[in-house]
Amino acid sequence: MLTTAFALVFFYAPTDADQGIVQKIFYVHVPMAIVALCGFVAGAVLAIAHLRTGDRRWDMRSYVAIHLSIVLAVGVLLTGSIWARQAWGQWFVWDEPMLVVFLIVFLLYATYQPLRFSIEDPEKQARYASVFAITAGAFVPLCFGAVRMAENLTHPQAATMTTSGPASVSQTFLVSLLGMGLLFVTLCKYEMASKNATSKLRSLRRRLAGDDEFGALPTGRSAAPTL
Amino acid sequence: MISPVIAATGDGSVAAAYLVFLFLVLAYLAIMAVKLARIEREVVQIVEDLDRREAAAAGAAPATRSKEPVG
Repeated sequence: MLTTAFALVFFYAPTDADQGIVQKIFYVHVPMAIVALCGFVAGAVLAIAHLRTGDRRWDMRSYVAIHLSIVLAVGVLLTGSIWARQAWGQWFVWDEPMLVVFLIVFLLYATYQPLRFSIEDPEKQARYASVFAITAGAFVPLCFGAVRMAENLTHPQAATMTTSGPASVSQTFLVSLLGMGLLFVTLCKYEMASKNATSKLRSLRRRLAGDDEFGALPTGRSAAPTL
Repeated sequence: MISPVIAATGDGSVAAAYLVFLFLVLAYLAIMAVKLARIEREVVQIVEDLDRREAAAAGAAPATRSKEPVG
């Protein structure tokens, strides 16, 4: 899907008359930003499910969603800086609310892993991380809603760009967004499978270690949730 | 070094942005592949330890599980 999207970007979508070819960064930057922010909110929803049920699998899902969203957020900041350098002549514009809010959200979530790592007790770690995920997840739509209502935005708005241009722009953007969403879901499943396998292995080792010295390995402190 | 023509038209920037995305995805997949390889090694180790344990339980006999390829 992403390959199709990128083929559409370079062979179907028109080159912007105002910005030129640099506008093509929009098709990777904006879907990544939207999926990353949705991932943060999804992390909060999954954390609510964890606190409601007490099932640690929800905590693991929340952790994976937030972890992947942080990776995408790094990509958003880097691709955004590359675009800003070409369009505005600066890597980062500090008086642009959209950019600063995204940076704040990113820095906020950058503390998620150290928070988890600082708590040794797995039960407590999962509970505190869920509270953090819910609080930070609520912060995301609030902040971006406030920024949307703010005036004097120089940062281009995705909705304006896709609706005011030709249909090929919105079609290419939607395919890119769908591709990015599917990539996010696929990588989430991939990481979940890996984490589940690691947990099962640890559990097997613990069970086998009950009889003799076999498998008596220290589990160590980890930011990743355990089942 | 980026040529002035590329820098002026922004081709280099577009390529850089898409390469950043590609690099992030590939780096993520590489890290996950390393983790999966570690899981595989642990599974092999557990199987070998279980074989040893079964052999010991059978009374100092050689490993019962055949290591020869089937077919």
